[in-house]
Amino acid sequence: MTRFFQTLKTAPYTAWFGMAVILLVAIIAILAPVIAPYGETAVVGEQYEPWSSQFLLGTDNLGRDMFSRLIYGTRNTVGLALLTTAIAFTVGSLLGIVAAVVGGMTDRLLSRIIDVIMAIPSLILALMLLTIVGASIASMVLVIALIYVAPVFRLARASAQSVVVMDYIQAARLRGEGLGWLVVREVLPNIASTLVAEFGLRFCFVFLFIAALSFLGLGIQPPTADWGSMLKENATLISFGDITPLLPAAAIAVLTVSINFVVDWMLHRSSGLKD
Amino acid sequence: MNDHLDTLKRSLIGGQIDRRGFMTGALAFGVGLSMASSAYAQAEKATPKQGGTLRVGFLQGSTSDSFDPATYNNDFMFVTNYAVFNHLTEFAPGGAIAPELAESFEAEPGAKVWTFKLRKDVEFSDGRKLTAADVLASIDYHRGEDSKSAVKPVLAQIAEMKASDDHTVVFTLTTGNADFPYIFADYHLCIKQASDGKIDPMSRIGTGGYTVESFEPGVRIKLKRRDSYWKEGRAHFEQVEITTISDTAARMNALMTGQVDVVDRPDLKTIHLLKRAPGVRVETTSGTLHYTMPMHVNTPPYDNRDVRTALKLAINREELVEKILRGYGTVGNDHPVAKSMPFFDPAIEQRAYDPEKAKFHLKQAGLSSLDVQLFTSEAAFEGAVDASLLYAEQAKKAGINIEVVRQPSDGYWSNVWLVKPFCTSYWGGRPTPDWMFTAGYSKDAEWNDTKWQNERFNTLLLEARAEIDQNKRAEMYSEMQRLCRDDGGALIPMFGQYVFALRDQVQHGELSEQWNLDSLRFVERWWMA
Amino acid sequence: MGRIWILVGERLALGVITLLVVSALIFVGVELLPGDLAQEILGQSATPETVAAFRHELGLDQPAIQRYFHWLLGAVQGDFGTSLANNRPISELLSVRLGNTLFLAAFAATVSIPLALTLGILAALYRNSIFDRLCNVVALIWVSLPEFFVAYVLILFLAVRVALFPSLSNIDPGMPFGELVYRSFLPALTLVLVVMAHMMRMTRAAIINVLASPYIEMARLKGMSRLRVILYHALPNALAPIINVVALNLAYLVVGVVVVEVVFVYPGLGQLFVDAVTHRDVMVVQSVGLLFAAAYILLNLIADVLSIVTNPRLMGERR
Repeated sequence: MTRFFQTLKTAPYTAWFGMAVILLVAIIAILAPVIAPYGETAVVGEQYEPWSSQFLLGTDNLGRDMFSRLIYGTRNTVGLALLTTAIAFTVGSLLGIVAAVVGGMTDRLLSRIIDVIMAIPSLILALMLLTIVGASIASMVLVIALIYVAPVFRLARASAQSVVVMDYIQAARLRGEGLGWLVVREVLPNIASTLVAEFGLRFCFVFLFIAALSFLGLGIQPPTADWGSMLKENATLISFGDITPLLPAAAIAVLTVSINFVVDWMLHRSSGLKD
Repeated sequence: MNDHLDTLKRSLIGGQIDRRGFMTGALAFGVGLSMASSAYAQAEKATPKQGGTLRVGFLQGSTSDSFDPATYNNDFMFVTNYAVFNHLTEFAPGGAIAPELAESFEAEPGAKVWTFKLRKDVEFSDGRKLTAADVLASIDYHRGEDSKSAVKPVLAQIAEMKASDDHTVVFTLTTGNADFPYIFADYHLCIKQASDGKIDPMSRIGTGGYTVESFEPGVRIKLKRRDSYWKEGRAHFEQVEITTISDTAARMNALMTGQVDVVDRPDLKTIHLLKRAPGVRVETTSGTLHYTMPMHVNTPPYDNRDVRTALKLAINREELVEKILRGYGTVGNDHPVAKSMPFFDPAIEQRAYDPEKAKFHLKQAGLSSLDVQLFTSEAAFEGAVDASLLYAEQAKKAGINIEVVRQPSDGYWSNVWLVKPFCTSYWGGRPTPDWMFTAGYSKDAEWNDTKWQNERFNTLLLEARAEIDQNKRAEMYSEMQRLCRDDGGALIPMFGQYVFALRDQVQHGELSEQWNLDSLRFVERWWMA
Repeated sequence: MGRIWILVGERLALGVITLLVVSALIFVGVELLPGDLAQEILGQSATPETVAAFRHELGLDQPAIQRYFHWLLGAVQGDFGTSLANNRPISELLSVRLGNTLFLAAFAATVSIPLALTLGILAALYRNSIFDRLCNVVALIWVSLPEFFVAYVLILFLAVRVALFPSLSNIDPGMPFGELVYRSFLPALTLVLVVMAHMMRMTRAAIINVLASPYIEMARLKGMSRLRVILYHALPNALAPIINVVALNLAYLVVGVVVVEVVFVYPGLGQLFVDAVTHRDVMVVQSVGLLFAAAYILLNLIADVLSIVTNPRLMGERR
C-alpha cells in the first residue's frame, strides 16, 4: 500500500489531472440518482429553457433537464464503454498471445476467423448483427465487443510475435514451461505497455462507435441518455454556433484525454525509462 | 386601392401591360411612387422567368430507386416523376383537380362511366405522339394478377377501360365514383409509351417538361428542360439537379452556404435559427398528412367503445403539436379528413384533453384503471417514440398506464402496423374523403388498420361516392366524420404541416397543398427571380 | 527472399478462402435480416398480394442456396449480376463508387500517414516535453470526438462562417483533378484528423517501448545522438506494430467512412453498402462486401509481409 502511494507521488501533474477526472467521473456515474436534480427521462419544463438556477444547463427538445441527462449519460456511456472494452481486451489479447506462442494450426485458424470478422466493415457488421438480434443494450455490448476483439487480437499477436522470438522465451520453452506460464508470465508483461496504450484509445473508440451507431439510428435507444446520442440529437445546432452540443462533446473529450494521460504515465513507468 | 393594385399586378403577370403601363396605372390611382416601384418589384418577382439552374437537396432517395412507377417510394422519385412524365389529371392550387394530359373528363349520370378526352398536341421526348394506347398500357401496368403496384387496390374499381378512338379513353367502374379523376393525379399513374399494349416500366421517355441527363440512384439526378414541352407557362428552369442529402445538418448547411436552392424537411429543432439566416426563407403548407394511433376494434380492450373514447380523451393534442411537431401542425379530431379537403365539416366539436371525462368512460366500461401496450418506432414518423412517451405521461392522469414498446424500424410496416392492436402510424392522406375513407376505413380495405366495420359508415361510403349532388354529399361526409370520430378505432392526435426552406431567388405562385412542395410539382411550376 | 514469395502465395490462397467465407456469411446475414427487398421498397403501401408478385419478379421466391450459388458462379466469372432494385449492372454501379472511395482514401492517407509518423517520432524523441504533450492533447481531443461532430465543426468554420470549401462533396468522375481535391477537401481533412491520432500515438508508444531495450542503452552509451538512436535502432525494431496500425487505418479509410460520406454527401462505397443493407438488395451487399473484404485482405497481406521483411529476427526464424 505504501509503495502504491510512493508511486503516486512520482506521477506528473498530467497524470494527476487524469486520475482526478476519472475519479470524479466514477463518483458521478455511481451516484447519478443522488446527484441529478431530476429523473433521467422526466419532462420537467418547457422546451429549450435557458440556463437557470432551476435548470442548470437548460432543458432539451422535450423539456428534460440537460444537467440531469448529462449525469445519467455519464453512467450509461462510461459503464457500457468500460464493459465492452474490458470484454474485448480480455478475449482479444489472450487469444492473440496464445496464437503467437503456440503458432501452427491454432495460430492459423484463429487468424483466419479474426480475418473474416475484420474483413467485414465494422459499422456494417454491427448494423447487420444488431438488426438481426434486435437493438438492446446487452446485444450492443456483445456485438461491439466481438468487433473489437479482432483488432486487439491482431495487435496482441503482432506484438507477441516480436517477443516470442526473443531468447528468453526460447529459454522458457526449453525449460518446459506450460502455455499458461508463457502467456501470462513471459509474454504478457512484455507487451503490456502496447496493450495499455491501445486500451486507452480503444475505450474512446467504443463510445465513438456507439455514437456512430446512434448516427445511423441503432445506438443506445432513447429515452436513455448517453453522451454520444445527446451529441447527435443536438448536432444540428452546431451549424448555428450554438454551444449546447459542445457539452456532451466536451465531456467525451475531457474523459478521453484524462484516461490517456494516465495511460501515458503508466506506459512511461513500465517502459523503465528514466527520463 | 389595394384591390386596384392587385388587378394591375395580375395584368402585369398576365403580360397585358408592361412596366410603364403598370406605373402609370398605379400612379393614376394615387399610389406613391416608391410604393408603386416596390409593388412593381414584387409583381415582377411573381412573373415566371425562364432560365437558371435549380439545385435541390432532398432527405430521401436511395440506391434502390428506379423509374419503375410501381416501386416509387420516396420524394426523390415522386418529384423526378412529375418533372419527366405527365398524368391524366393534376392538383391545382386550392385542392381542385385539373385536367393535364386529358383535355377534359366527364361522367355519365351515376358517375359510373367516365370519358377522358386526351390532348392531341402532346409529344413524348423522342418525338412520338401521345395516343390512347399509351394511357391504357400505363394504367394496365398497375392492374392485373402480377402487379406489385401500390395503386393496385385503388384501380380495382375499374371494371373495364377502352379507347373509343385515338384520343378518347372510356372507363366503366364497378360502382359510381364522383371523385374518380382524382386518382389519376397520383404519382404512380404516370403515362409512358406503349408498344404492343405494354409499357417498359424502366423507360425514361415521358411527355413532361424535362428529360433525364444523368441519374445516379441514391446520389443525384440531372434534368434538362425540353424546348418542345407542350404545356405553356411551365418548366422555367433550364436545368435541375436534385441531390440526396440524407443528413439533416448537411442539408441545412448546403442551403445556408448556397449550394442548393431548395431543401425539404428542414430540422424543426433549429428552424427558428434557420429563419434568421440571410437569403433563406421557410415556408409551410397544410396538406393532408396526419399521424395516427390505430386501435383494433376487434381486440379487447379496444372492442369497448368507452375504452376507445377514454384513450382518445387522455391525450393532450396541443402539447403533442407543440413538442413533437414544434408547432408545425394542427390538432386532429380522430377522423382523417383535413381542413383543406373538400367536405371537411368545421361544425364537429374538437375533442380536448380531459382526464376526468376519460376516467368516467373507463368507469362506464367497468374499469378503474387500464393497462395497454403502445407499439412504436421512429419508422412510423419522426418523433413517434417521443410522442408515445409524452402520451404515456399524459394518460397517467386518467388512470391509464401505457407501456411504450419500442420496435425496430426495419420491418415495422410488415410486423407491427396492421398486426399489433395499438401502435403508431401515419397517413400521407388522400385528396378526397371518399378516397381516404375507402383506403383506410372501409370494411374490406387492405389497410383498414383499425379493423373497423361500421355498417352505417360503409353504406354511406357507397352512397356518397355515387352521389352527384354536392349538398347531399356534404351531409353524408359530415355524418361519416362524426362516426369515425366517435365510434372509430383511430386516435388521430395531429395533422402535420409540410415544411420546406428555399433561397430567396426561388419564386412561386400559389401553392397546391395536396403534397409537399407544390404537390411535388415545383420543378415545372417554380422559377428563379 | 524465396520464403517471402511462398508466404505471399500461401496468404493469397487463404485470402480467397476468407473471401468465400465472408461472402457466405454476408449472404446468410442478409437472409436473416427481418424483411426483404420487396417489403422494404413497397413499405407501408405493401399488401400481401403485391409483395408476393414483387418477390416472384425478383426471384426472391427461389431457395436461398440456389440464389447464392447463382451469384457466386457469376462473381467468379467477373459478373456481379444486376441490382435487384433497379436492374442496373452492379459492376457499373461499383466502378464509379469504388473510384470515389479510393480517391478519398488516398487523399487522406497521403496527408495523414507521413504526418502521423513524423509527429510520432518527434514526440518519442522529445518525450515529455511541451511539444510531446501538446501533440498528444490535440490529437486526443480530435480522436475523442465523433466523426460527424468533427465534420460539422469543420463545416461551420470552413464552409459556413468562411466560405473556403464547399460543404457538399458532390463530385463527378469527369471533374479535373484540382476540382476533385477542392471538393473533397473537407471530408479528407475530417478523415485525416480522425485517423492521425491513433497512428501517431502507436508510433510514439512502439518506439518508446523499444527504447528500454539493452541494445538501445548500449547505443546510447556509445554516445549516439538521440535522433540517430531512434531512427537507426529503435524505429526498425518498432516497425511491426506501426505497420499494423497503419494498415488498420488504411483499411478503415477504405471501408469505414460511411458517416463522413453521409455528412458530406460523398458518393462512395460505404453509403452504397448501408443503403443496400437497409433495402436488402442482396446482390449489391454481396458485391460491395466482397470488394471491402478483398481490400482488407490485401492491405493486411502487405502489412504482414512488410513486418516480416523489416524484422531480421523473424526472417531468420526457424519454425
